[in-house]
Amino acid sequence: MSDYNFAYLDEQTKRMIRRAILKGLAIPGYQVPFASREMPMPYGWGTGGVQVSAATLTPDDTFKVIDQGADDTTNAVSIRKFFEKTAGVATTEETSAASVIQTRHRIPEDELREDQILVYQVPIPEPLRFLEPSEVETRKMHSLEEYGLMHVKLYEDIAKHGAIATSYAYPVKVEGRYVMDPSPIPKFDNPKMEMAGIQLFGAGREQRIYALPPYCQVVSLDFDDFPFEASKADHACDMCGATDSYLDEVIMDDAGNRMFVCSDTDYCASRRKAGHVGAQGTPFEEDAA
Amino acid sequence: MTPLLQVQNISKFYGHRIGCQDVNFDLYPGEVMGIVGESGSGKSTLLNCLAGFLTPETGEVRFEMRDGEMRDTVTMSEPERRMLSRTDWAFVHQHARDGLRMNVSAGGNVGERLMAVGARHYGNIRAEAVDWLGRVEISEERVDDRPTQFSGGMQQRLQIARNLVTGPRLVFMDEPTGGLDVSVQARLLDLLRGLVREMGLSAIIVTHDLAVVRLLADRLMVMKDGHVVETGLTDQVLDDPQHAYTQLLVSSVLQV
Repeated sequence: MSDYNFAYLDEQTKRMIRRAILKGLAIPGYQVPFASREMPMPYGWGTGGVQVSAATLTPDDTFKVIDQGADDTTNAVSIRKFFEKTAGVATTEETSAASVIQTRHRIPEDELREDQILVYQVPIPEPLRFLEPSEVETRKMHSLEEYGLMHVKLYEDIAKHGAIATSYAYPVKVEGRYVMDPSPIPKFDNPKMEMAGIQLFGAGREQRIYALPPYCQVVSLDFDDFPFEASKADHACDMCGATDSYLDEVIMDDAGNRMFVCSDTDYCASRRKAGHVGAQGTPFEEDAA
Repeated sequence: MTPLLQVQNISKFYGHRIGCQDVNFDLYPGEVMGIVGESGSGKSTLLNCLAGFLTPETGEVRFEMRDGEMRDTVTMSEPERRMLSRTDWAFVHQHARDGLRMNVSAGGNVGERLMAVGARHYGNIRAEAVDWLGRVEISEERVDDRPTQFSGGMQQRLQIARNLVTGPRLVFMDEPTGGLDVSVQARLLDLLRGLVREMGLSAIIVTHDLAVVRLLADRLMVMKDGHVVETGLTDQVLDDPQHAYTQLLVSSVLQV
C-alpha cells in the first residue's frame, strides 16, 4: 500500500461527498453543492470526477478511466495511475470488467450493467449558464421550472444553421423535472443515458455534484418540427468496420487522406480481436503497437 | 364594470426615506393611466411595486385573474407572480437593453415568452415572431439579426413586440420614450397608441414627459416626494392644474 489514506481523500471528505451523491441520486438532475477540495491536478482536468470516484471506490473495485473514449490519453492514464497509487485498486481497460468507470466526454459503447457506476467529469454543470450569467437567477429558474430560455438557445441554432447545431453537451430533461447538462458528451450518447448503471457527475471547480439513478427517464430537448437526432459521422470505423459506434476523424497527411476510427478504444480493440477488420485496418495481432 | 387592478395603500420605504406612500387607485380594462413627476418623486418605485419587482411594506395590489378572481399579487407565491409576468403582464423598460437579450436574435427575443409558456413548434414560433416584428414595423429580413445591430428606436419597438406577443392584459411602461429623439418618439407613440387601442390593453405609463401622457393616457396621477398630489382626467389635469406642484410642472414645459 501507500502512505496515502485510501483513495487520497480523508474519510470525512469522502463522507461529505457521499452525502452529496446520495442527495443527487434522490433528486435526479438536481445540482447539489459540495465542498470541493484542492486536488493534485489543475481544475479542468477532472477534479470533480476524481473526487466522486474517490468517494465511490472500495478496495474490491476495478477501475477504468476514459478520455474522449480512449484509455490511453494523458488524462486517462494519469488518473488511472493516481488511483493505482493512492487506492491500490485493480485497473482495467475493459469496459465489461470495470465496476467504476470515470469518463471525460463519452459514454462507453458497451451497454453498462446494474453493478457498474459511470463517473463523469463536468466542466460547467449549469445548462443555463451561457444564457443567464447570474447563479442566483439560474437557481431560481431551476426551482420554478422556468426552462423557456433553454429552447431559446435551440431556436437560435435553427435560425442560424437551419438545424439544431448543438452537437455536444446537449441539454436533457430528467424525469420530467430538472434540465441537466450531460457534460460535454456528443449528443450521439444522449439516448444511452437511460441505462442500468448509476451515473454520477462531478464538477470540481464549480463545486457541484449531480446524479442519475438507474433507468431514469432522460429526454433530450427539441422542437416538434425539429426532433432530436443522435448524430454521428456517416461512416464505418476504418479499423474495425463498426457502423454503430461514435467515430473520431483522423487527418492522416496533408494530401487530404483521413480515416474514421471508433472513439471508444476498448470497443474497437475487442471487435478487432473478434476478427472484424475495417476498410483501412489490418488483422489484429497480439501486442502490436 | 370591475377594475382590472386595484391598488390600495401601497407604501414603500427605503430605511427612513419614503419611496412612495399611501397610493390608491383603480385601473379599469382598456384604460391607460399616466404617472408623472420629477426624478425621485417615487413613480418608478411605485411601478416596481406594482409589477412585483419590489415588495411594498404595506398595501395590496389586487389583479383580476383570467378566472375573474381578484388576487393580491403582493402576497401570492413567487411562481404564480412570475407566471403572471410572463403571460398577463408586460414590462417595457426605459433602456431596451434591460428588457432584451442582446446576444439573442430578434426572433429569439420575441419567441422567448412563447417558449416560456410551452410553445415547442419552431415554425409556429418563428411565424409569430415575424408577424409581431411586422406589427412594430421591423422588416422580416431583420428577424435573425441581434438587437445590438438595431438602432435605439428599433430596440425599443423590439422590446414592445417581445412583451406583447403573449397577449398580456396589463402593460407597465417605465419611460418608454426616454432617450429617443423626437421623430422616433413620435412614431413609437403612434405605434403604442395603435396597439393599445387595437388590443384593448390596460397600461400604466411612468414618464416625466407630459406630451407622452397627453397622447397616451386617459387618466393622470401626479406624484411629488412619494405622495400622489393630484389625480384626474389627463386633459383636465394638464389644462387646469390645481396643485401648486402640478402648475409648476405644466408651466415648466418648454415651448418651441
